[in-house]
Amino acid sequence: MKNYCSKERHGSMRRALIRSLVSLPLALAVSTQLMAAPATSDVNTTGLAVTDDTVTVGILHSVTGTMAISETGSVQAEKLAIDQINAMGGVLGRKIEYIQEDGASDWPTFAEKAKKLLVNDKVASVFGCWTSASRKAVLPVFEQYNGMLYYPTFYEGLEESPNVIYTGQEATQQIIAGIDWVVKNKGAKKFFLLGSDYIWPRTSNKIARKHIEKLGLEVVGEEYYPLGHTQFNSVINKIKLKKPDVLYAIVVGGSNVAFYKQLKAAGIDMTKEKPIVLTISVTEDEILGIGGENIVGAYAAMKYFQSLPNDNNKAFVKAFKEKWGKDIVIGDVTQAAYLGPWLWKAAVEKAGSFDIDKIKESSPGIELTMAPEGYVKIHPNHHLWSKTRIGRAKDDGQYAVVFETKELIEPDPFPEGYQ
Amino acid sequence: MKKLQDFTRNPDAVSFAVLAIVLVFILPTVLEIFRLNLVGKYLTYAYVAIGLVLSWGLGGILSLGQGVFFGLGGYCLAMFLKLEASSPENTAIQSTPGIPDFMDWNQLTALPWFWEPFHSFGFTLFAVIAVPVIFALIIGVAMFKRRVGGVYFAIITQAIAAIMTILIIGQQGYTGGVNGITDLRTLHGWDIRTDEAKYFFYYLNVALLFLVLLVACWITKSKLGRILVAMREREDRVRFSGYDVSNFKIFVFCVAAAFSAIGGAMFTLQVGFMSPSFVGIVPSIEMVIFAAVGGRHSIIGVVYGTLLVNWAKTTFSESFPELWLFAMGALFIGVVMAFPNGLAGLYTSYVKPLIGSIRPLLKERARLYETPDKGGPDMLNRGTAQ
Repeated sequence: MKNYCSKERHGSMRRALIRSLVSLPLALAVSTQLMAAPATSDVNTTGLAVTDDTVTVGILHSVTGTMAISETGSVQAEKLAIDQINAMGGVLGRKIEYIQEDGASDWPTFAEKAKKLLVNDKVASVFGCWTSASRKAVLPVFEQYNGMLYYPTFYEGLEESPNVIYTGQEATQQIIAGIDWVVKNKGAKKFFLLGSDYIWPRTSNKIARKHIEKLGLEVVGEEYYPLGHTQFNSVINKIKLKKPDVLYAIVVGGSNVAFYKQLKAAGIDMTKEKPIVLTISVTEDEILGIGGENIVGAYAAMKYFQSLPNDNNKAFVKAFKEKWGKDIVIGDVTQAAYLGPWLWKAAVEKAGSFDIDKIKESSPGIELTMAPEGYVKIHPNHHLWSKTRIGRAKDDGQYAVVFETKELIEPDPFPEGYQ
Repeated sequence: MKKLQDFTRNPDAVSFAVLAIVLVFILPTVLEIFRLNLVGKYLTYAYVAIGLVLSWGLGGILSLGQGVFFGLGGYCLAMFLKLEASSPENTAIQSTPGIPDFMDWNQLTALPWFWEPFHSFGFTLFAVIAVPVIFALIIGVAMFKRRVGGVYFAIITQAIAAIMTILIIGQQGYTGGVNGITDLRTLHGWDIRTDEAKYFFYYLNVALLFLVLLVACWITKSKLGRILVAMREREDRVRFSGYDVSNFKIFVFCVAAAFSAIGGAMFTLQVGFMSPSFVGIVPSIEMVIFAAVGGRHSIIGVVYGTLLVNWAKTTFSESFPELWLFAMGALFIGVVMAFPNGLAGLYTSYVKPLIGSIRPLLKERARLYETPDKGGPDMLNRGTAQ
């Protein structure tokens, strides 16, 4: 409960924690770095909340309401990254303090809180938002008051704001490699597209359909259901009738629970791959709700799975569990949220300044070799170069990685001919 | 002097003046523009709450779907602003330049016919009121002429709010879907996002709020208001007395809808976007809570109620981002348990008697000071006594 007290308490507790964590040699290194820290007047010419030894950032996610279950992971990842950066001596010799605001799963509240963080608190950067709707609501605020937003979710693309760094995948990065894989390795010819009815699934399926048709293959059905829908029996019957090779599912949120349970109850055994279920909307977080035994055998196309075997990821998973409990699972978006503070730190250090305009300029080309997903790089369009991976759901709620693209995939938020 | 005394003896005039001083002078001087803009946003909900005082507090018609009218008003204005923001120059990167961005994403290649009239500002202003009122009229005629009332009416309005949300989200190519209509920039080329614009809209908002308050006050004082109260208490007696009850209900429901719509339009101007999250069940019920906290019989009370609830919401959520909902719950329970008639009830049962007990003392003193100048009957009496 202590954690939930006022922000001031939060900050001092964190400082105390860090003080106790940082060992003596590191402390010495930090103090030399502090002495070498550039003057505040040089690194902050626009009146952001930067002092001689602190810099304040904002965390803006829903911790109440329907989205809280998804966004909590992002909040935890961002706090972990901030703690780790502080333990290493902070950014330009300044400790990061954060102000957390609750978007309450309500888009206008997001806009209000974003404005508060930028205008009132003058935060140097904001890590936040999850749904596209919340990002669309805060975008004009960030552009008007010239703030910086690190947005973690995989999303539909069709956007490229100088004030946003998109640390998740835009749609083509998640879709095209996934479809190529299922065509090449499983010989799939007929696809059935299914989604929740809003912009992300619709745009994603549009890109998927174009790509499938370009490969000379067939889409045998495309259906949408409202958010929160729980009756999928009629569409499951349709799927059985049309006999697609691949069921491409972009069902989101709570609907997933009903959808996968009903799929199983209707006798579709995903481990038999008739049809193959390929999703881009179910991360380890969602499987917690669905239950591993209900989705075992399905494939997911993501850029990150908790089970990735590289050393970066092992260290990340260990640190995450140490901070937030050993039973916690880490999904794709959580990892992308973790990148936010690190990318911001790198951009600030490259620019030698906290000024937003300088960060905008310095961001393209920034590389992160310590990312849990492996190496990432910021593209001039403010999205990340990253790999696409295919995981297969196991009954313990984790994915086994079965494929990853050799190269990083270039982000292309405005794909030609897909609009 | 006499006029001033009359004025102070009229409780409505005093409370109007106090509210005006608070909104016009005190808040703009003590609050920075960001907070003032938030107050402006809260006040847009007060329009809905005032409408609810008329229909619910006075007429006994509880509508749990006022968000629909708020949303329709807001959407009408947002459509105009979105069209202005989507000029062919601004949208050159789209496959079809000149239409709103979300239409382009949804493969629309031409502006839908019902968007066309919203190029005209005059039509938009008309539509902001007319569309919600006509919609309210249809609902009103369909419900009240069949003598649907009470709980059944509340449930139906709630269903309408749910249907409206699903419709807006489902038809995203035409409405912007769950994202709503965002990124509104200018009004006739005038940037609505600057601080000057925010001050202007704040004062415009306050001015319109007082206009609405005056209309509401007039309705409560008029014969119409008394009929509404009579209907609330004993509908059958009013009907037997020869009044067509349903027409009065339809009328007051439409007035409440019009008030909500003005609030919605002012919301769009001040916040810069409109989304289906104002149309649904939750915001509609929230607006009823504003009215309940303020006191559903008092038009001035609900303005304070709206301000209090929203201020608490903002403050609690800024201080305790993970626990604030519990604080809000406690506030609602506390208010309803302690003051079933809301803030206005608190005023009438505690503050007013206090003023009442002071007033005779004041009068006494005033009389003592006044009498010598007047040389009134008192002097005469004194004279005769001598």
